[in-house]
Amino acid sequence: MARILRKESLAPQIKLMVVDAPWVARKARAGQFVVLRITEQGERIPLTIADFDPLSGTVTIIFQEVGKSTMLLGTLEEGDEILDFVGPLGREIEERNFGHVVCVGGGVGIAPTYPKAKALKEKGNRITSIIGARTRTMLFWEDKMREVSDELFVTTDDGSYGEKGFVTQVLERILKSEKVDLVIAVGPVIMMKMVSVITKPHGVPTLVSLNPIMVDGTGMCGCCRVTVGGKCKFTCVDGPVFDGHKVNFDELLVRQRIYLEEEQRALELWIAEKAKEEASRV
Amino acid sequence: MSNRFFGRPKMPQRPPEERIRDFYEVPLGLPEWAAVEEARRCLQCKNPQCVKGCPVEIDIPGFVGLLAQGNFDAAIAKIKEKNSLPAICGRVCPQEDQCEAQCVLGKKGQPIAIGYLERFLADYERDRGIQPPTLPPSRNRKVAVIGSGPAGLTCAGDLAKMGYQVTIFEALHAPGGVLIYGIPEFRLPKSIVAQEVHYVQSLGVEIQVSRVIGKTYTLDDLRDAGYEAFFIGTGAGLPYFLDVPGENLNGIYSANEFLTRSNLMKAYLFPKFDTPIKIGQRVAVIGGGNVAMDSARTALRLGAEEVCLVYRRTKKEMPARVEEVERAEEEGVNCIILTNPVRFVGNDNGWVTGIECIQMELGEPDESGRRRPVPVPGSEFVIPIDTVVVAIGQGPNPLFLESVSGLALNRKGYIVADPETGATSLRGVFAGGDIVTGAATVISAMGAGKKAARAIERFLEAPDSFPQWR
Repeated sequence: MARILRKESLAPQIKLMVVDAPWVARKARAGQFVVLRITEQGERIPLTIADFDPLSGTVTIIFQEVGKSTMLLGTLEEGDEILDFVGPLGREIEERNFGHVVCVGGGVGIAPTYPKAKALKEKGNRITSIIGARTRTMLFWEDKMREVSDELFVTTDDGSYGEKGFVTQVLERILKSEKVDLVIAVGPVIMMKMVSVITKPHGVPTLVSLNPIMVDGTGMCGCCRVTVGGKCKFTCVDGPVFDGHKVNFDELLVRQRIYLEEEQRALELWIAEKAKEEASRV
Repeated sequence: MSNRFFGRPKMPQRPPEERIRDFYEVPLGLPEWAAVEEARRCLQCKNPQCVKGCPVEIDIPGFVGLLAQGNFDAAIAKIKEKNSLPAICGRVCPQEDQCEAQCVLGKKGQPIAIGYLERFLADYERDRGIQPPTLPPSRNRKVAVIGSGPAGLTCAGDLAKMGYQVTIFEALHAPGGVLIYGIPEFRLPKSIVAQEVHYVQSLGVEIQVSRVIGKTYTLDDLRDAGYEAFFIGTGAGLPYFLDVPGENLNGIYSANEFLTRSNLMKAYLFPKFDTPIKIGQRVAVIGGGNVAMDSARTALRLGAEEVCLVYRRTKKEMPARVEEVERAEEEGVNCIILTNPVRFVGNDNGWVTGIECIQMELGEPDESGRRRPVPVPGSEFVIPIDTVVVAIGQGPNPLFLESVSGLALNRKGYIVADPETGATSLRGVFAGGDIVTGAATVISAMGAGKKAARAIERFLEAPDSFPQWR
């Protein structure tokens, strides 16, 4: 059980929770994730750690309400308990001075980009960050990203804030004008794929943080397997961070869609159930 | 007084056409009269061979004799002197290879149905409410057990009975290990596992779930927290794949994933439970062990129209229990033998549609003593299917192993441990079960847990005279 100490709405459907979980906070490193479960009937869902504080024993998670489980999580309030909160899982990123690191965060992927930028900043890297969202209201943590970056670029798809367009166009510009030693990208699969495609001709090492479907998160089931450099890897124990130039993103995109129908059905049932509950209350 | 009028009883079980529609248990257990009659068949040998076949050394003639006298309470107490998990062992032990294989009656006729009798007594006790035994005074010394599967539960239970303070750390959210995530409800009801776990807790064992040793805590963290000895029973948890093209197509599961979704996460109750599972009309399970049988029978119950088992040797070489193969076939599972997958075929959307296989024939025996299957050139053919479960075994899970230094591992990555004590290359650290032997049986893991508990006592009480292993 892990108590929710603080809950905040960052953007429509994007919520932040600070969770009292010293057993995770004491061991967490940038790049790692937790698996949580909300009810006895619930799924085990993986979420990348957005921030952690070993002293206060807290872990910050940020999630987008896209399905039943995340919506249910969103209904929990400060003081409520999360039934299971397991971690930290996965491998941490290598923390050292690479030189100039560009951190790219797209959408809700801005959250897991933050601890990586922060850890690498502490190691003395020069950090250039690019964060992007569909529109101004969907953007969050600009201030926190600015704190850990030497330079920050913001894009929105519709131009409602920052530069109009995608994070990738800023990245391309930087790659053409400056020396970059490492690129780290977290966001939608298609974004991470595009980032990797762009950095490849420049020969810049690129790390991406993958988010496939998982069950246990401890290497037991192989549901999260991905092809990296032609080899089968388990994201939960070998990742979640991999060399973007070697990841088979197309396969990952297909594998993320395995349960679309079921996810839709569970969501519809849940919404109908909630509506019924509310109707009976009136 | 031995019974000469009855032969070995047949286990009553639900008819296949009924049982494949649900997940309820298949064998129903012996009625009281049949259990007593069977117990009376026992010769009560002076030098019982059956006990030698039991990895946890149950006094088999002792409990069978009490059962024959109708003293069920004393009979189950006799079993529990050695075995804390009789309801589980009575269901999933391969008695035909162990105690029953040694039974003298088996030489000329049929051995005593020891497993059925054990199950009868465990169920008898459960119906009446299990009484925790009186415990010796606490020794006020802490032991950590890593993993709550059969090895860990046994080791923890035995140590608690000696008076030690035992904490089990479990990575998943429910205790039981393979008993919970691996073995299906219809073979081992989860309420039974829960009750056996509860019994171990009633001995004073604390169970912390959702704690991954190696990640959440290291061995050193536990040492700092005052634990003086450790038992590692983390099991063999990393599924092997075939490593053939197309294996990451949608619709292809490892048996671990398939069974974990169904058993631990209760996907068979979706959408009442949130975890989904996808089942096609035609399902192929690859492999010939108990896990393959469990997967095939689970697939049927999830609604598959046809389930076939693809195995590269013949039925004779299948590692599964004969009883399990029989039940699978009764339920309609079709065994395709001497057949090996060479690649998976998929459609444009990335879903599997077939398995290209090659015919095999048996050649010379390999190191396991079984004849090695060799491919017949040019015999490739495609089996059309829409779901595949790969059940070809598993390796050691690296999470814990990577987090400790100085722990000796063998060539395959399993822990090297003294088979008599479970002692490892690290002092005070013991190991047993699948993480030492590779995938084996529930009862052999329990046997290892039992031996380790005795060794841990020796280590804690006289550390200086405890020999260093290797």
